[in-house]
Formats: sequence, C-alpha cells, structure tokens
Amino acid sequence: MTEAPEKVIPAAGGATPAGALADPIPVAPPRSQWRAVWQQFKTHRGALLGGIIFLVIVLAVFIGPLVWPYDATYIDIRARNQGPSFAHPLGTDQLGRDTLARMMAGGQTSVAVGITAMLLALFLGSLVGVVAGYFKRLDGPLMRLTDLFLALPLLPLLLVMVLLFRDALNQAFGPETGIFILIVCAIGVTSWMPTARIVRGDVLALKEREFVLAARSIGTRNTMMILRHVLPNVLSPIMVSATLGIANAIITESALSFLGLGFPPDFPTWGRLLFDATDYLQQYPERVFWPGVAISLTVLSVNYLGDGLRDALDPRIRGR
Amino acid sequence: MKIKSVLLGAVAATALAPAAFAERGSDGHVNVIYWQAPSILNPYLSSGTKDIESSSLVIEPLGRYDPTGALVPYLAEEIPTVENGGVSEDLTSITWKLKPGLKWSDGSPVTSADVKFTADYCMHPEGGCAQLAKFEGISSIDLIDDLTVKVNFSEPKPNPYGAFMGGQSPILQKAQFENCMGAKAPECTDANFGPIGTGPFAVTEFRPNDVISMVANPNYRDPAKPAFATLTFKGGGDATAAGRSVLETGEFDYAWNLQLAPDVIAKMEEAGKGKTVAAFGSLVERIEMNMTDPSPSLPEGERSTAKHPHPALSELAVRKALSMAIDRELLVEIGYGKAGRATCNLVPAPAMYASDNTDCMTQDIEGAKALLEEAGWKVGAGGIREKDGVKLSLLYQTSTNAVRQDFQALIKQWWSEIGVETELRNISGSVFFGGDPGSPDTFQKFYADVEMYANNFDGTDPEAYLAQHTCEKAPKPESQWQGENINRFCDPEYDKLVAELGKTGILSERGAIAKKLNEMLTKDSYVVVPLVDRGRVSAHSNTLGGVVLNTWDSELWNAADWYRIK
Amino acid sequence: MLTFTVRRLVLAVPTLLFISLVIFLLLELAPGDPMAQVPLTVPPEVKEKMREALGLGQPVHIRFLKWLVQFFWIEPQILIDNIFGTGLAEGKLRVLSWQTRSPVMDIVVQRMPQTLWVVGMSYIIGVLIALPIGIYSAYKQYSIFDQVGTFVSMVGFSVPTFFTGVLLIVIFSVNLGWFPSIYDTTHKVTDWSSFVFQLRQMAMPVFVLALYNAAQISRFMRASMLDNLNQDYVRTARAKGLGEKAVVLVHVLRNSMIPVVTVIALGAPQVFGGAIITEQVFKVNGLGQLLIGAIEANDLPMVQTLTFIFALLIVLFNIIADVLYGILDPRIRYD
Repeated sequence: MTEAPEKVIPAAGGATPAGALADPIPVAPPRSQWRAVWQQFKTHRGALLGGIIFLVIVLAVFIGPLVWPYDATYIDIRARNQGPSFAHPLGTDQLGRDTLARMMAGGQTSVAVGITAMLLALFLGSLVGVVAGYFKRLDGPLMRLTDLFLALPLLPLLLVMVLLFRDALNQAFGPETGIFILIVCAIGVTSWMPTARIVRGDVLALKEREFVLAARSIGTRNTMMILRHVLPNVLSPIMVSATLGIANAIITESALSFLGLGFPPDFPTWGRLLFDATDYLQQYPERVFWPGVAISLTVLSVNYLGDGLRDALDPRIRGR
Repeated sequence: MKIKSVLLGAVAATALAPAAFAERGSDGHVNVIYWQAPSILNPYLSSGTKDIESSSLVIEPLGRYDPTGALVPYLAEEIPTVENGGVSEDLTSITWKLKPGLKWSDGSPVTSADVKFTADYCMHPEGGCAQLAKFEGISSIDLIDDLTVKVNFSEPKPNPYGAFMGGQSPILQKAQFENCMGAKAPECTDANFGPIGTGPFAVTEFRPNDVISMVANPNYRDPAKPAFATLTFKGGGDATAAGRSVLETGEFDYAWNLQLAPDVIAKMEEAGKGKTVAAFGSLVERIEMNMTDPSPSLPEGERSTAKHPHPALSELAVRKALSMAIDRELLVEIGYGKAGRATCNLVPAPAMYASDNTDCMTQDIEGAKALLEEAGWKVGAGGIREKDGVKLSLLYQTSTNAVRQDFQALIKQWWSEIGVETELRNISGSVFFGGDPGSPDTFQKFYADVEMYANNFDGTDPEAYLAQHTCEKAPKPESQWQGENINRFCDPEYDKLVAELGKTGILSERGAIAKKLNEMLTKDSYVVVPLVDRGRVSAHSNTLGGVVLNTWDSELWNAADWYRIK
Repeated sequence: MLTFTVRRLVLAVPTLLFISLVIFLLLELAPGDPMAQVPLTVPPEVKEKMREALGLGQPVHIRFLKWLVQFFWIEPQILIDNIFGTGLAEGKLRVLSWQTRSPVMDIVVQRMPQTLWVVGMSYIIGVLIALPIGIYSAYKQYSIFDQVGTFVSMVGFSVPTFFTGVLLIVIFSVNLGWFPSIYDTTHKVTDWSSFVFQLRQMAMPVFVLALYNAAQISRFMRASMLDNLNQDYVRTARAKGLGEKAVVLVHVLRNSMIPVVTVIALGAPQVFGGAIITEQVFKVNGLGQLLIGAIEANDLPMVQTLTFIFALLIVLFNIIADVLYGILDPRIRYD
C-alpha cells in the first residue's frame, strides 16, 4: 500500500519522472495540486450545488438585514400572528415581529456559532485524536482525559463556565463578542470527544499500515508524517463529524440560551425560533417550517461540500 | 373567621354533592396529570406544590380554604373562632375538636394524639421541616381528650390558623411516623412514599418523580365517596403535553396549571374533548426595582447593598415613569388570557385586604416622558436619557419562561420609547430561584437593575407576606444573601406599620393596615411594580364532573366529590 | 490481548475515582440550591434548616468521602442482600436523594425497564438500520438510494427531537389517534394484547430516537466504506476471483468497522444516560428524565450517582472498543 507517494505523483506531474520514489517528498509546486483538487471538486455536482446554497445562505443572513426594512426585535403589536403577506413574506410572530427579519438575524448567529464551534471542536478532536493514536505514550493520558470529558454532566459544566467566565469575557470583549466567545468555547469544549475517539481509532490502524512504515523507513519526521500521511487518511470521518457538528452546535446553542448562558432573550437564533414555534405547531405550522428548513439546508449543503472536498482530496478518485 | 363565611363554605360543600347518590368506587378509574412530577408524599419534607397537591388526596388537615378563601372544617367538627369560643379572647390559644368516628385508611381511629404528634414531628429541631413557619409561635399542645386538642401560643396570634390548616400541614398518623422523628425522617421511605391518611384515596404504588397509583380509601368518612375506585397520578413532561392529553387526545381527565399562551390553549379546546377552568388567588407577576447599585464596577460584597443607592432607580420619578410606560392589559392579553388580570396591587385578594388602587392601569408614554423630563433626565446620545452623567440604561433579568421572555421584549420596547435603554437577561429557574450565595444570578442577590418574577402568600392572610419588605430583611452578604426584601426597600414608617399589623386582631383594622402597606410599596413609591394578577388555568375532560378549582388550597381539595359524567 | 484487557481494567479504577472526584467538585462549584423549587412563601430561616437536614452544612471532603463509602461499600452490600437474602447492610445509611429522601439506587432500578425498552431498543434498531444503509450507500455512491439516504439522514439529524417528537404526537396521537401520547410506565406485559399496547406506546419515541441514531451511524459507515472500497487490496481480492459479496461484506466491511465501532461504543453508554428530550416529550420518565429533574432540583447525590454510573459505562465501553480494534485489525498492538 503506497498511497502517500501515489498521492504526490499526479501533483508532481512529469517534472520528476523517475525521481518520485527516490525523492522522499517531491517538492511540487503547490498550486498545481490545488488546481487538480479544484478540477475534481468542480465535477462534483452535489458539492457545487451545496457550495452555492451555502453561499446564498451566508449572503442572505449577512447582507439581508442591511436591505430589509424591519428590525428583528421591533414589535408591532397590532400586526401579530399574521400569515405571509407582501409586507411580511414569512408572516409575523406572536408579538408582531417580522419573521423574515428574525430568520436573517437568527441565521447570522446560528451560522457563525455553528461554523466556529464546529471548527473548534474539530480542531481539538483531531489534535487529541491524532496525537493519542500516533504517540503511544500519550495515548493513555489523553484517552482518560476524553473519558473524563465524556462523563462530565453537561448542564452543571456549562453553568460553571458561565459563573467563571461570563463577567470576565464581557469586560474584556464587550457583551456581544464576549458571549459569542463563551458560547463557541462552551460548545467546542463539550463536543470534541467523539471526533477524538474516532480519529484515534483510525490512526491506530493507519500507523501500522505499510505506507507509514515505508515513509518512516525513509526517515520522515513525525510532524511531516502526521500532516502528509496520517491526516489526509482520516479526513473522511473528520468530514462526517464536521457536518454532524454544525447541526449539533446550532441546536446546542438554543439549549444554552435556556440556561441564561446564551445570547439575550430577545436575540433570535434558528434553534430558539424552532423551539418557540413548537408550541404553535398546530396553529401556525409555517413558523416551525422556516427555521427547520434553514437548519436542514445549512447542514445538507455543508455535508455535500464535505463530500466533494473529500473526493477531491482523494488522489485515487481524482485520478480516475 | 366570620360566621357568614363559614356558612358560605358549608353551602359550597353541600352544593358540590351531586355525586353523593353514587356508590363508592362505582365510576371506575380517573387519570390526573401534573407536568411536575411529585417526588415525595410527605409535605413536611418537601414544600413543592406538586408534592403538597398530590399528597392532599391522601392526607388531610383539620380545615381547608374553599375557593372563596373561607375556612371549611375537614377533620375538625367546626372552625374554632373567638365567637364560638374555640379561640381564646386573648388570642393565645386555639382549641380544635375532631369529628367523632374518623378512621385512618388502615382502619384505626384518628385521635387528638395524632394531631399533637404532627406538630411534634414538624417542630423537631433536626427534622428540617418544610412547614416550620406554620408552627411558629406554638409553645405547647395540650391533649384535652381523645378528640380535643388545645394549641397554646407564646404570644397573642391574630391569625391562629397556621398549623393544621390547608394542604401544607395535614395530619400524619402517629403510629406510622413515630420512629421517623428528626434526623430519621428521610429513612422512612415507605412512610414518606405511602402515608396512611384520612383522605379519599390511599396509595398503592408510588414511583418517585413519575407516577402514583391510588385506590379509594375503604374507610373514608362519607360511605358514598369517592366515586372513583382507582386513580392514576402521572407526573412529568411539560404544560403543553399535559394540556394536549386532556383537551385533545382525552387520555387524561385532569391537567394541572396550564401555563400556556392563551391562543395555544384556545386551539386545544377546539378539539372538544375537555374544557379549561380558571380561578384567581394571590399570585402577582411583578417587576422589582433595585434600590441599590448593582454595578459590576463596585467591589464584591458591596454590589447591591444599602451602601450604594441606585444612581437612577432610587429616584421616584424614574420608577414611576417606568411603571407608566407599561400597558398591563396588553401584557395580560398576550401572556395569560383568561388566566390573568391587570393589577396595580401586590395583594390582589382577598377583597378584605386588596386596595382599590387602579392608577397604573392606563399606559401613558407621554406622561412618562414628561415626568422624566421634569426630573432632569434629558435625551442624550442614541435617544437614551441621562442626568449628571448617569445613563438610563437598565439590566432587566428574569427566569427562563416563554411568557416572561415575551414580556421582557414588550417592556423593553415601551421603555425604549421613553428613552430608557434595556439589556435583557434570562436565567434558568433552578439558578435564579436557588439561594446559592456563590452564584451571581440569584433573584436575592439581584445583580441587575430590575427583575421580574411572581410571588404569592399561603392561605388568606398577607401579614407575613407584607412583612417581607421591612428594612432588616434585605438580602446582604453578611446573611449569605438570604432575605425576602428583594428590592432593599427601607422605610421606618413601613416597619412601624408592619409591627402594628402584628398586634392587631380586629379583622377590619387588619384590612386597613394591609391596604396601606400595599400602597406604600406600589402607588406611593413604585418600588414594586405589579403587572398581572395571575390566576390558575387547569383543564378537565368533559366527562369529569365535580371539579371546582381552588387557588387558596390544594387544587385537588374536593377530589372526593369528583364523578364521571355518563 | 488478555493482559491488555486486564491492565486496562485495573487502570480504570483510579481513573474512575478521579472522575468521581472531578464530578463532585464540578457539582459543588456549579451554582444552584436544592431549595430552588421550594415556594417563595417559605421563609429563609426554614430553608436554612432544611439545608442543614440534608447535610449541606458539612465540609466538602466529608461529604465526598461519605458518598464514596455509601456508593462503593454499602450499595454493593445491598445488592448482595437482595440477591442472597442476607442482612449485611441493615441499618446502614445509603445514598439518599435530596428530592425524594429515598435511596437513589432504588429509583435507578425502577427506571431501568422503560429506559431499556425505549432507548435501548431504539439504539439497537438504529444500528441495525444504519449499517446496511451505510454499506449500500457507499457501494452505490451517488445512486438514487445514496442521495435519498443522505437527504433523510441529514434532515433526521439536523431537526432536533423536541420538534420531531411533538410533530409525531400531533399527527399520530391527536389527529389519527393511533398511539398514546403519554407513556404508561406502570404497564406490565403479560399477554398478547398488553404486548401490543407496549409496542404502540413505544412506537413513537423509538422511531424518533432510532432515526437520530441511524442518521449518525450510517454517515460514518458510508464514509469509512468509501475510504476502503478504492484501496488496492480490494482490487487484489477481486482480481483473485473472490465473489463481490465476499469482497464487500468480508474484506471491505471488516476494514471499515473501526470508526463505526468507535461511534457505536460512544453511543452505547448514552442508552443508560437515557434520552433527555425524547423522554420528556413522550413522558417516558426513564433515566434521562431522572437526571434532568435531579439537575434542575440540584439533587446532588442523585446527579453524582447517575453521572458516575454513566462514567463507569463510558470507561467500560471504551475498553471494549479498544479490544475490538485489536480483533478487527490484528496489526494494532497495545503492548
């Protein structure tokens, strides 16, 4: 099994026809490799569509509020519980706030929190997982740490985090950024463990494979080994964790706001809109529909993006 | 208590008797759902409403309050009063007489020893009794004979109906709890989960925080009652689901306390399986103003203490303007529907104690603006008023609850119209109402400018409730932040009047003092800004008869009279 | 492998003791008060007395040691007493809940049946659905089946159970009247009709949870299969004339199982932890509801005991997963 050298051959192209095996790491111009990745990515229809939808969502939630006349927190009590109309395309809620404006404002928070918290969890999880799987001496302590974090009850842990850090963060970064950091960290710190365990399991098996032995026998250093040979091969479980992680972070954020840990109560997020609307499921089904669709669409588009990215980064598929 | 109200109570009790033709147990099974699940059936070890109400089916006090707030005898022959000689002229003792022939569900007779034992059980110094306040001031209890017991107070007690009255202090069986005194109380799991009682039902199985199965008490004093042979008391979930199971699917017969948005309830009722009932008690949703400075820039231990008066809220004009900007009728419409009434009073009922104060009822944004303007609060940057460098910018906290968050959003908007900036915060109820001195988010610590919650008083007498606002009851670091004077209001006049109330026995005078105290907190000072007099909405199925909602006692107070409409 | 297992089991003891200490300190530090649910009408002096009666006045280390002794010494004796009818633990103080003032373990035992029926069953069903879906989706990547599978599982995962549960209740209980909306925990299966009733009341919560679990596991299965299907050894296996079935279900599957085993082992302790939201929505009142209720009421002995049992299972299942890695891929060595 020689996938690592194979991986660089197409990138190296015909530049070093015979030297590929002799040279431990062919120094190929990186641009050509990324171009190949992009070429492959473009042919993946799902990924392209996912990418476009994701972009549209991001643009809508960040640009939309600038052009839309209604404010997400403005209450027009005479216009409450309205169905879709020209003035309010998605209707209004029980206090007469414009649902479209709330969806856009909520999307800003949810998308930002979802992506950042997911990246943080992914980074922590992959780091712990790879290090634990690769360095035998660290495996024990790191995995016991993972066990500990898995075992800690989530709610009290979050309450302690608020108690210790809320005021400090508020003072250092101002209320909104402070709470954002707190939420992202709270979600990240409490959801990296599955990724770590999964990555570690894969790394344990990977490092006994022939190509790793081969790479080691030619003197590849540990850092290079991890970056070049190990990480690319555990990419697919990481990608799955990423898509699941976004959905998880968006929902967890709404749970946090019930503890008083989240954003102020008049600050909409998709998770909270969905929760609030569940009581009105029978009267106003459209109110649950929109946030539900928004969360699902975001997660689906990220999932397809991940699929495409994974395929594009896999030289064996790319070669075909 | 007046003879008239006793009579009224008796009339009410007989009027509720249509089920009496039925034979005991002839109507089969009844299902009750509470969205908070009972954890224990001994109200002396837990004072949660769920625990008190579920145990009220099994154990009974000497007398209860009826839906009008009048006292009705249950195990007692009659309610002792000064007029009938049951209460001594100097108000230092009360003599209760049990009905003759009463039996516990195990067949043994109920005696005055059981009554005395109940007091001993709760007053044991190591027991941690949850109802200790009910027994306050009792110096000794004398057994006169098998059916008569005399309770002596160490000083005159204008309201002697604390102990043995209402769902909070029912009579326990001495034989069952004899070995469970003091520190041993929690070890008697079987007794705490299945007390032997005199009520209409007896426990067959208790699953803590889940479900209770009960059967009709074979020794209940009325041989024709209860109409139901068995009862299931399910707990847990949420109010929406409880309402749905009664009003929409018909799986349950009775659902307690449906705290839901009015249109959600209305939609459920359309299904036609059941109906809702509402009644009002003394629960008032209010905004409390912090008279002290909660600013985080103050050193810990000085925040929200009397050392630093609040820079803006210690001014009457500001408090009054904040109250004037609120449209209470609209709040009721949005949040409570028929389960709420706009109010300006801290003590909304009973009528004898309720002030006729209605001056806060109409919203007056312009008036509020003028008031602030006049007091020197000028509109500054961003439309926010300021004076002497102090900005009218408030932190408004409350517990997590959908209706409260809607109220916060509405009030924030009204306040922004008069030039007050508001930051909202919601806190999980278990932290907010928990007295943990280590947490910055408890309602006692009040590290915010204004906060909103609801409170009420036990029974029908507001003395203890009004006494919460005396100077020395302010929470402070020295007392681990325990204290009931949440807004740190301090007025020597008020304290004097509270002391006077404690010495007054004549009911009409008590009423006048209580009204005055209520007004001192509300319309005179706007320290407490009442919003909504919150009633209770419960639901019962169309086939369950005999339901009379009672907010002064356990809601299940007349479960013996329930029957199946065929 | 045996020495590895034994060593890990022995090492688990200090790990667990440490975890229990951390949990205890965390709960100690978390804001909250067992008196939070006591009505505001109860005066503070009475609340203080009630706290003392719960033993809250004692210093932290004493309370921790007490819990250790009660949990590790007295509770096992109770178990022995119950099995063999002996009287070892008579008169000894057990771990008592603050809410119910009764032994925590009794309530845990009481909650086991409904948790295992609903959460356990949904996990097994979830895994059984997820594996074939994951395998087939990978084998026929980008087929209609794969696309539909992806769509359903991503929507299934991203729509939270508090919503899907209520939606099912509205459709199947309120409008169609097929299933009860409230789970009857006192129901006993004795004959065919009671068994049918049990199936009816389990149907909705099991469906909601199984969908959620299957969505997650099938994604990992699919991704891992995809990684392996293009490997050289698969080509070799095909080249030497092995049947397609044998290639996919024996060689590829075995090599793809490592991440899936991890995910399944991670999820298994959650069965015991219960499904907090789903249990609430359907009133199953299992262990998840017990835990969340205890957290809300700040019933520390209950929370401590439940999370510790949970930790025990996490550690145990991780050891099982590690042993399974070695069996699935003999090249993985731990010594």
